[in-house]
Amino acid sequence: MLMKGNEAIAHAAIRCGCDGYFGYPITPQSEVMETLMELEPWNTTGMVVLQAESEVASINMVYGAAGCGKKAMTSSSSPGVSLMQEGISYMAGAELPGVIVNVMRGGPGLGTIQPSQADYFQAVKGGGHGDYKMPTLAPASVQEMADLTVLAFDLAFKYLTPTMLLADGIIGQMMEKVVLPPYQPRLTEDEMRAKYPWATLGKPHGKKPNHITSLELLSEDMEKLNKRLQARYRTLEKEEVRFEEIACEDADYVFVAFGISARVCQKAVEIARSEGIKAGLLRPITLYPFPVEKIKELSNRVKGFISVELSAGQMVEDVRLAVNGKVPVEFYGRMGGIVPSPNEVFNALKDKLIQ
Amino acid sequence: MNSMNVTDIVNPINLVYKKNSVLTDLPMHYCPGCSHGVVHKLLGDIIEELDIQEQTIGVAPVGCAVFAYKYLDIDWQQAAHGRAPALATAIKRLLPDRYVFTYQGDGDLAAIGTAETLHACNRGENIVIIYINNGIYGMTGGQMAPTTLLGMKSTTTPKGRMYERDGNPLDMPKLLAQLDGVCYVTRQAVHTVGAVKKCRRAIKKAFEYSALNKGTSIVEVVSTCNSGWKLTPDGANKWMVENMFSQYPLGDIKDTIQAEKK
Repeated sequence: MLMKGNEAIAHAAIRCGCDGYFGYPITPQSEVMETLMELEPWNTTGMVVLQAESEVASINMVYGAAGCGKKAMTSSSSPGVSLMQEGISYMAGAELPGVIVNVMRGGPGLGTIQPSQADYFQAVKGGGHGDYKMPTLAPASVQEMADLTVLAFDLAFKYLTPTMLLADGIIGQMMEKVVLPPYQPRLTEDEMRAKYPWATLGKPHGKKPNHITSLELLSEDMEKLNKRLQARYRTLEKEEVRFEEIACEDADYVFVAFGISARVCQKAVEIARSEGIKAGLLRPITLYPFPVEKIKELSNRVKGFISVELSAGQMVEDVRLAVNGKVPVEFYGRMGGIVPSPNEVFNALKDKLIQ
Repeated sequence: MNSMNVTDIVNPINLVYKKNSVLTDLPMHYCPGCSHGVVHKLLGDIIEELDIQEQTIGVAPVGCAVFAYKYLDIDWQQAAHGRAPALATAIKRLLPDRYVFTYQGDGDLAAIGTAETLHACNRGENIVIIYINNGIYGMTGGQMAPTTLLGMKSTTTPKGRMYERDGNPLDMPKLLAQLDGVCYVTRQAVHTVGAVKKCRRAIKKAFEYSALNKGTSIVEVVSTCNSGWKLTPDGANKWMVENMFSQYPLGDIKDTIQAEKK
């Protein structure tokens, strides 16, 4: 099927057995809720779709649904995701699974409706308060908008954590061929009770009640919760790193880019190769956990890295941390909604790393 | 003459009062004289009487009642400040045969959570909102709330609330009663035995209404905060009767289901 990235998210959500979507319109992601409203999944799978009064309400609806063990999600774009940070922090603290889609646009402030990748820090460093991390997946195609929506739910429930799909305005708006994931039935309430014994579905007779909360007034208990979260993040960092390598085997220079920037860099690799420069591309699919080990390994055999982003340079900091000074790490980025051309990126590689 | 021993007195025949089975045995953290404990007990009474302990999910606020989930033996979610109606919306939409209620204070419902409250009510979510209005921020130490009376002193209005600077006390139930999504709005108190009985009937009605899918039910309980008000428990009750009730008069504000019956 040919469809927009935003539409692919909606289709994938219904197909993977999502129980509830709660959202608020914002460009450039409004097609997610529009598609859901058109598809009327409440008549087929029974999925609830509700337009909330704000992004603050949306994320808290996701919290409420997730607390019942339900597969719930929301989607928004940068300013709206800023409003959700409180709810995301509460979900992290209450160990609740849920999926948040951010189809990024340029900021700061109201910014622009054009694409951007400047919410990288907010997503991977913990945009809300307190010590938490959020698995962050970066789709680079309409196909991945669908596939990673399914994966985001899997990770969210495996690690009991809010999980983000960090896309950009172009991946959201562009149309490509996509093979939609197979239908999975929504869980029944009995299955939910068995799988998620913590869920607030109503306290069975003679059992202890369930409490969904992030509050611990005793310092020792609060530290214990934090240690549990940190242990989970260490497992995530070990088990869930995903990336794609393109022409890295013999590369002298490696682009590091995600989302639409990776698509541009892929073309720049071709241009470089046609001019005899051995360039490659490392495309992180998980931005958190970041492919630290892969970059470390590459840094033993390449001459330099260049991080290409639609921002003033955010992911480049993580590349530098991984490379740890072994070889030069340069940055090239555009802001304000501008996407560089492959030639522009290739020239940046030549200017910054080769000459 | 045989003297009586304790088992002669404490036995089922002599039982005149029994704590409901929904309230836990945990000592409450509320200040002596606080209204929260009485309202908790009433909720436990109603949940027991309607036999809905296994079908009820509560949403606790941020405020003094943040620990409400420790005192009633049902499933609970604890919400971010003001967001309880958003949580309750999702819970009720995804579990339509459950009884879902929020328990919110006046800071939670009438200040930071006005949007979530108003829109949940406007959508006519079939939930119960228990609204404790004591005219002050109790947990943070007695700051001005949107419900604080004009002239009333608080730690952020040490010389009293002034209309010119702070606006008038906000009457949320009166405002919410105008929405078609709301089927029942009532204002109660728990300062006397008679008032407690009336409040109990109101809460029961609200829970029963929430199962009819006719919209949102709101029970405001005009409450005391003797520590925030810097009064004795008894003095706080008197002050409430003399000052709060004129601003927040008790009684039903709206009851569309009763009106339909007539």
